[in-house]
Amino acid sequence: MPKAKLAVSLFILSEANFFLLLIIAYVFYHSYPGAGPTAATALNPLRTGLFSILLFASSATMIMAAAGYRARAHRATLWWLLATVMLGALFLCGQALEYAGLYQRGIAVNRNLFATTFFTLTGFHGLHVFIGLVAIAIVAGLAATRRLVGSEREADAFEAVGIYWHFVDAVWVVIFSIVYLWAIL
Amino acid sequence: MSSTAAIAIGSAHAEHHELGFWRTYIFSQDHKMIGRQFLFMALFMMAIGGLMAMLMRLDLAWPDTQFSFLRFFPQSVQNDSAITAATYNSTLTMHATIMIFFVVMPILVGCFGNFLIPLMIGARDMAFPKLNMLSFWVGAVAGVIMLSSYFVPGGPAAAGWTSYAPLSAVPIYTGVDWGQNLWCISIIVLGVSSLMGAINYITTIINMRTKGMYFFRMPLVIWALFITAILLLLALPVLTTALALLLFDRMGGTHFFLPAGGGEPILWQHLFWFFGHPEVYIMILPAMGIASEIIATFSRKPIFGYRAMVYAICAIAGLSWMVWGHHMFQSGMDPELGTGFMLSTMVIAVPSAIKTFNWLGTLYKGNIHYTTAMLNALSFVAMFVIGGLSGIFMACTPVDMYIHDTYFIVAHIHYVLFGGSLFGIFAGVTYWYPKMFGRMMNETLGKIHFWITFVAFNCTFFPMHILGMGGHMRRIYNPTQYDFLKPLEPINMFISISAFVLGSAQFIFLANMIWSYFKGEKASENPWNANTLEWSAPSPPGHGNWPGPIPAVYRGPYEYSSPESEADHLPQWQVVEHATAAAD
Repeated sequence: MPKAKLAVSLFILSEANFFLLLIIAYVFYHSYPGAGPTAATALNPLRTGLFSILLFASSATMIMAAAGYRARAHRATLWWLLATVMLGALFLCGQALEYAGLYQRGIAVNRNLFATTFFTLTGFHGLHVFIGLVAIAIVAGLAATRRLVGSEREADAFEAVGIYWHFVDAVWVVIFSIVYLWAIL
Repeated sequence: MSSTAAIAIGSAHAEHHELGFWRTYIFSQDHKMIGRQFLFMALFMMAIGGLMAMLMRLDLAWPDTQFSFLRFFPQSVQNDSAITAATYNSTLTMHATIMIFFVVMPILVGCFGNFLIPLMIGARDMAFPKLNMLSFWVGAVAGVIMLSSYFVPGGPAAAGWTSYAPLSAVPIYTGVDWGQNLWCISIIVLGVSSLMGAINYITTIINMRTKGMYFFRMPLVIWALFITAILLLLALPVLTTALALLLFDRMGGTHFFLPAGGGEPILWQHLFWFFGHPEVYIMILPAMGIASEIIATFSRKPIFGYRAMVYAICAIAGLSWMVWGHHMFQSGMDPELGTGFMLSTMVIAVPSAIKTFNWLGTLYKGNIHYTTAMLNALSFVAMFVIGGLSGIFMACTPVDMYIHDTYFIVAHIHYVLFGGSLFGIFAGVTYWYPKMFGRMMNETLGKIHFWITFVAFNCTFFPMHILGMGGHMRRIYNPTQYDFLKPLEPINMFISISAFVLGSAQFIFLANMIWSYFKGEKASENPWNANTLEWSAPSPPGHGNWPGPIPAVYRGPYEYSSPESEADHLPQWQVVEHATAAAD
């Protein structure tokens, strides 16, 4: 396997373990969060679900960007990359709005165990989305300034960024199911 | 296919122009220099960690006594020239933390991993030289953060290296505020450093082996480092999670581990030991690999059961994920679950015993050369067996209930970590010193160091089993406050005196390293007549490792006393005309 792709895959394995433990901490305290808000009373699965669709869509646009890159259609690549950044950023805005709404209702990280585990889990995920966005924005910047040369090393790096982005997305599928869908079941 | 690409990339890399001082010695991207940087950092930290051990032994032999020389230490180590309960707790915490995270791991993984992997698999450098440099410097920052905690109000962390919550989560419980925060931050930063290293090692081993270096032709130390890197990759995020949650509890007002808000202290123990047990093998597997190399070389025999050794390493690594509960028998665990953990723990004895059996099988009827490296490697095997056997006592729940949290545990951990890992390190440094620095280490000084260390080590740690059986608690600054421990005080005194001898003996090793660097006998390419690939490179290897093309590999790494060769060794890179097809 090309080295950047291999390295990012290994990093993802490590990250998967990190998220697995945060999810375990969330599930562990789900049944007795203490007095105060719970997932069922505090969260709005519909609104977050809509923002989640934007994040899932960004995986699709990333695939389109990769296809464009392979076909050496650099203009298309650039536009798909920008679309990915836009969708990811919108998702983060949705998360910020959600946090602000919760905060206005007095639900902060130290309120009770639900709030603690919820903010920790989704907050770390948000951080990963942000890091992914920075990486994609760098690639988009290279594309915009016509510095993509199509070398083997570059293709490897491009794919590595893509893998990381799909991973961040996949983690959200799990988090959304466990945190939001479990709340309305 | 990928290895040819690696060779092509590597030779381009080798044509680098001359680098200046900063790029050669400080911000170096050369794996050999980074390996040496890790070694020097770890030796510096070892001096501090060792000093902490000496202070603890000083206090245990003469508790609550003023020593005028202690006034030269910072306030976080002594109070009015005496070691107090509070400073003792910090001292033991920092001793363990420094030795585990800043000595054993950087030397075994950072130094040997960096230095050996490219040389032994036939690569010009690591897959990611810049990441490698970053890994060292991030690690150095972690070290600075850790040491800076000596100078903040309240002193360094005092909740033990295991940092059990809620003791570690609430500042007033230990009286340490920023020390514990810095401890968490430092270990998180160090985790990032190790993660970068682990990714680099795995990628390098998978992608950059030279022609003919199949997985089952890799030397055992490379196998051990490969599996160790996988363990690091998967275990570190667990520790990072735990530490992040602990920091939130300390600084963010959350209650992950605090019963006051409904949290569970036991969650910390699960998270910590789910990391902690693989960590134990991270610290011993590379030493096992080092011992395998040295024992085969100086027995002039192929390693006994090469594949069994590889599978045993994999089995130990796999099982290490299923045994964390044996640290928690006393934490309130369902007895049936405890039985499961007891059995899975005992199963680890099987691959460990396979390894020991194979080392003995390698020695059997061998042409043994008692060099310093060999003596240390043999002592590794012997001490590891003692430590392994005392481990079986603890694995057994009913016995553990009695010896839990006593000096028996301290004896066990030091038999595997000092007797095991550290003798492995002494062996490895002596063995590869000629390749690292181009000169041989002095054998006489090496043997003097070995014998004093070996005797003093056993005098220090063996009596701790007896203390433990007598009920001596593991973390106590003044055992004489209990009547039933007073009769054990002469043993404590004996241990302390032995420990001072043990500590002083390490200066011989240091002196030997320094003396040999300047005055040691110049090393040839292959001073030990060994078979593995690093001995085909010049001593020390230049930038790019081999001046010519990278040698190809024709056979396994342990073809000693082969009938195919006149000499008693048949290096991996040597072409034998008639037999290349039959090799492996």
